[in-house]
Amino acid sequence: MLKIKDLHASVEGKRILNGLSLHVKPGEVHAIMGPNGSGKSTLSQVLAGREDYQVDSGEVEYLGQDLLDMAIEDRARAGVFLAFQYPIEIPGVSNAYFLRAAVNAVRRHQGLEELDAMDFLKRVKEEMKTVGMKEEFLYRSVNEGFSGGEKKRNEVLQMSLLEPKLAILDETDSGLDIDALRVVADGVNRMRSPDRALIVITHYQRLLEYIVPDFVHVLSDGRIVRSGGSELAHELEKHGYGWAKQLEAEQKGAQA
Amino acid sequence: MSSVQSWQADFLARHKQLPGAELPWLAALRQRAIDRYAAEGWPTPKKEDWRHTSLAPLEQASFDTQPQSLDVADMVRSLRADEAAHWLVFVDGRYVPALGDVGKLPAGVRVGTLADALAHDADAVQEAFGSEADGNSTAALNLALATDGAFVHLARGAALEAPVHVVFVTSGEGAAVFPRNLYIAEAGAHGRIVEHYVGRDGNVSFTNTVSRVHVAADANLSHVRLQQEAHQAFHLADIDVEQEGKSYFASHSISLGARIARHDIATRFDGERAESLLNGVYFANGQRHVDHHTLIGHAQPNCVSNEHYRGILADRGRGVFRGRILVSPGADGTDAIQRNDSLLLSKLARTDSRPELEIYAEDVRCTHGATVGQLSEDSLFYLMARGLDENHARNVLIYAFVLEGLARIESDAVRQRASRAVRALMPGADILEELA
Repeated sequence: MLKIKDLHASVEGKRILNGLSLHVKPGEVHAIMGPNGSGKSTLSQVLAGREDYQVDSGEVEYLGQDLLDMAIEDRARAGVFLAFQYPIEIPGVSNAYFLRAAVNAVRRHQGLEELDAMDFLKRVKEEMKTVGMKEEFLYRSVNEGFSGGEKKRNEVLQMSLLEPKLAILDETDSGLDIDALRVVADGVNRMRSPDRALIVITHYQRLLEYIVPDFVHVLSDGRIVRSGGSELAHELEKHGYGWAKQLEAEQKGAQA
Repeated sequence: MSSVQSWQADFLARHKQLPGAELPWLAALRQRAIDRYAAEGWPTPKKEDWRHTSLAPLEQASFDTQPQSLDVADMVRSLRADEAAHWLVFVDGRYVPALGDVGKLPAGVRVGTLADALAHDADAVQEAFGSEADGNSTAALNLALATDGAFVHLARGAALEAPVHVVFVTSGEGAAVFPRNLYIAEAGAHGRIVEHYVGRDGNVSFTNTVSRVHVAADANLSHVRLQQEAHQAFHLADIDVEQEGKSYFASHSISLGARIARHDIATRFDGERAESLLNGVYFANGQRHVDHHTLIGHAQPNCVSNEHYRGILADRGRGVFRGRILVSPGADGTDAIQRNDSLLLSKLARTDSRPELEIYAEDVRCTHGATVGQLSEDSLFYLMARGLDENHARNVLIYAFVLEGLARIESDAVRQRASRAVRALMPGADILEELA
């Protein structure tokens, strides 16, 4: 589904990703762990198409297409979803409008009929129940005045409404208490399916107690320095991120 | 003949036929007004108040105070479908009763025309009419040439449920109109007034309008000015308000049309614990220019003023805002908030914003702020990452910015009319209907 080959990317001239490669197949859940500054968020922003991030070299293939060549909205319409680490507040735009506009943009692309206000409300209210959001959040401005947990729930709500093929969750656990974490994780787990892939980006092992990944990758200095099964997360937790640095040094040594 | 001379000539030719010409006080007042205008001429950018707004294009155009009007019945009918209201309709400055419908009025409420009031109750008009010294020289020209306008009187305690909706249509080629509107809310009365200015595409018309408002103690009056003139038109508008103690006045200036639109809005507190809201939303695209000058006279203690103007400037559009707040000695407990927020949608768009606080009292709370910005890249990215194309995403953000200002308008019908008018200025914005 997703093939990242030797990806190099920079922000404002600073190199962040230094040859990252990753293969993700449908049905798989991948966790990417790494310390601050290792390039986790850069990877998610590059995949979503943020223009401030410069791709210097490498390839990203998504369902046989060159993802890097696609416009931001076309990626979304083709089924790529990024759950933002810091969801944006948009004063004056009701969440209901935003959610429906997003759903219909994707539906139009898929050749489906747009949902009218009634059908949409029915659908969104069901989904809101499952992520534990009160209906009033439909009528408030997008993310404005939402707590950290409410913003993350709103991201999960968007994901479940948009039914992406590839969902990237960028530190969706940050700033959440244990109850909110569980709700968010439940929402994500419900999304698991044989034809959908998930990439869970996180600093902490904690989230992976609830969303058990098939693969764990350790990111350090813009490349993956170790890949393994879910047990790798525990190992990393035990050794700390100093270990990631050590692995990175070893890898560089091996290459030299 | 210069522009000023031609207006003097127009006055000379017509002043004997103006409504109330037989009233000595009015004839003398009009003469003093035209004299002031002739002496001062048009305001020029040399004047501090007009530094950013040049009326040179207005001076070069020629106008007609008695043009051949077009049939605007359909247009007016569509406006009237908006809401139940007491309707007064003026076409090219002339009152057209057949197009309006004042309807049934509650006790103590009088809604009619200035010409009618001059004929039947000249004393009430005289009291409210104003003087030639008020405002800019443009306001003096209005005083000299005003033929008609709305006259609304709310007696003590009167309650007007439906709004008075006054429509001014400029339809004739080069039409020049000088409406003068008088609104008086006696103690404890409340009501809403909408002035709606509409034009015809491509018509270089000229509207010079003055509204004078008196809000007595405990009265509550809300005023909306929805300016949707042709994009080639000139629109000069004054609102002059006096508020007594514990009164409330709201002004919503929604300025969307005209080549040059200039709004002077002034309110003065003559009693304690009065409150005012000055709200404005403006949109200038193409080479259009919208200027708001406000003055709030905090002459008495414990009054509250809230001022919020937001502008959208696209293409080579230009916005000007100058907000003076004058807190007189002894006006302790004054609470004044002023904001002007501008959204620039192009590199060539421009805005000039100037708050002016003059405070001569102790113990006051006055805050002001101005922001000038572009659409947030983060917000655009967020919307596009959810599948909205760039134009849709941009329109959502622009419209949301507008709606924050329009949200202060109490009337759903007026708010929706205004938001439809804004959407009409934004290419591809027809899909935004249910944004709010």
